[in-house]
Amino acid sequence: MARKRKIATCSLAGCFGCHMSLLDTDERLLELLELADFDRSPINDIKEIRGMVDIGLIEGGVCNVENVHLLHHFRDHCRVLVSMGECAITGGIPSMRNHHTLKACLEESYIRGVGVENAHIPDDPELPLLLNKVYPLHEVVQVDYHVPGCPPSADTLWHVLSALVTGRDPRLPTTLLRYD
Amino acid sequence: MSPDIRKTFHLDGVEIPFREGQTVFDAAMAAGIYIPHLCHNPDFEPHSSCRLCTVIVNGRPFASCTQPAVAGQDVKSDTPELNDMRRSLTEMLLVEGNHYCPACEKSGNCRLQATAYALGVQYNHYPQFFPHRDVDASHPEIILDRDRCILCGLCVRISRRVDRKNVFAMTGRGITTTIVIDSPSGLLVDSRVSRDDEAVQHCPVGALMMKGEAFKVPIGERRYDTSPISEDSVAKFQAREVRLHG
Ligand code: SF4
Ligand code: SF4
Ligand code: FES
Repeated sequence: MARKRKIATCSLAGCFGCHMSLLDTDERLLELLELADFDRSPINDIKEIRGMVDIGLIEGGVCNVENVHLLHHFRDHCRVLVSMGECAITGGIPSMRNHHTLKACLEESYIRGVGVENAHIPDDPELPLLLNKVYPLHEVVQVDYHVPGCPPSADTLWHVLSALVTGRDPRLPTTLLRYD
Repeated sequence: MSPDIRKTFHLDGVEIPFREGQTVFDAAMAAGIYIPHLCHNPDFEPHSSCRLCTVIVNGRPFASCTQPAVAGQDVKSDTPELNDMRRSLTEMLLVEGNHYCPACEKSGNCRLQATAYALGVQYNHYPQFFPHRDVDASHPEIILDRDRCILCGLCVRISRRVDRKNVFAMTGRGITTTIVIDSPSGLLVDSRVSRDDEAVQHCPVGALMMKGEAFKVPIGERRYDTSPISEDSVAKFQAREVRLHG
């Protein structure tokens, strides 16, 4: 039997919808676990990739400094990197803030927002610094495959994952290609 | 075959009959062969601006929506090079506007999105522009969201030639080109547009839309969710041919 593959996943500026969709593959996950193990992933709460993994799945675009570091960590430790979902591929809904300055966005939320009390822009050093714009992953690092959808359906993710772990072409048939 | 169809040309090696005066595009679609297209709607005059329908005629590229069919010519359409070019054009249209499909009411009924599906666009190879464009929501029934306008010119052409109102026009050049409204304020509400105008019915994307229609049909059950644009356009075209020419 072929060597068991390793998969790592993470969520950057996303809503965890893509990860929910991954869990929606239901009992097929058990089938996947025959062929692959999960390394760093919110699914098992492992925080860092140890060594190299075969497949990295990333949900969400890049909106802050922490996202940039994690994305590079994945690129350095994943043989194949996959953008999962619209936010990873285009920036998605979080990138709607790109039409405004960061200052205007923060002021709208924390100074002028409806019902705001004790108005000030959060500056706790624990908080990752926001980037001026939200970026799709492939504008920051080289990405090997893209799985569109908001989120990609469980069938779509299954198509890609099962293809990648067994060495088949993961390209999507038109029936599974959706941006919504 | 009706008696006036005699002449033929070759499209990707298949013999295609055509009527005198038909374009390469019309003859191909009538014969059941889909050519990707965006700025053209067969119910109106073509104006060949998007170039998605480009084919190679006797070795040279032409927009098939305006190229007259000529007997004996050799036409190539479904080639890797042309499909790559069509994919690039489609991706450029997607990055130069603000296309948030998951948040767009047109999703599933959108010709740009469906064409991207047909061409297998899984991501855009170009950087996103995130341009700033104005939305005109002034009219009680119609909305113009320039974020999604692909400047196909259909609203301009239809308003001028069919509605005879000239509500829409294009201004600017290159990347700054935009749709403008003929009204003292520049807003739709002060123009002569009405919800019955043909011009507001045929926008291929979610730029010109009716208000109050959102989610009447759920995502997943819309036109191109259920049939690919290639089949849908050919079926519509062929039905139109039967209606007009028997
Ligand atoms: S107009 Fe079409 S391509 Fe643009 S966001 Fe809406 S559905 Fe997507
Ligand atoms: S508003 Fe719609 S119909 Fe008019 S030019 Fe833009 S995309 Fe075409
Ligand atoms: S459809 Fe022919 S150029 Fe746009």
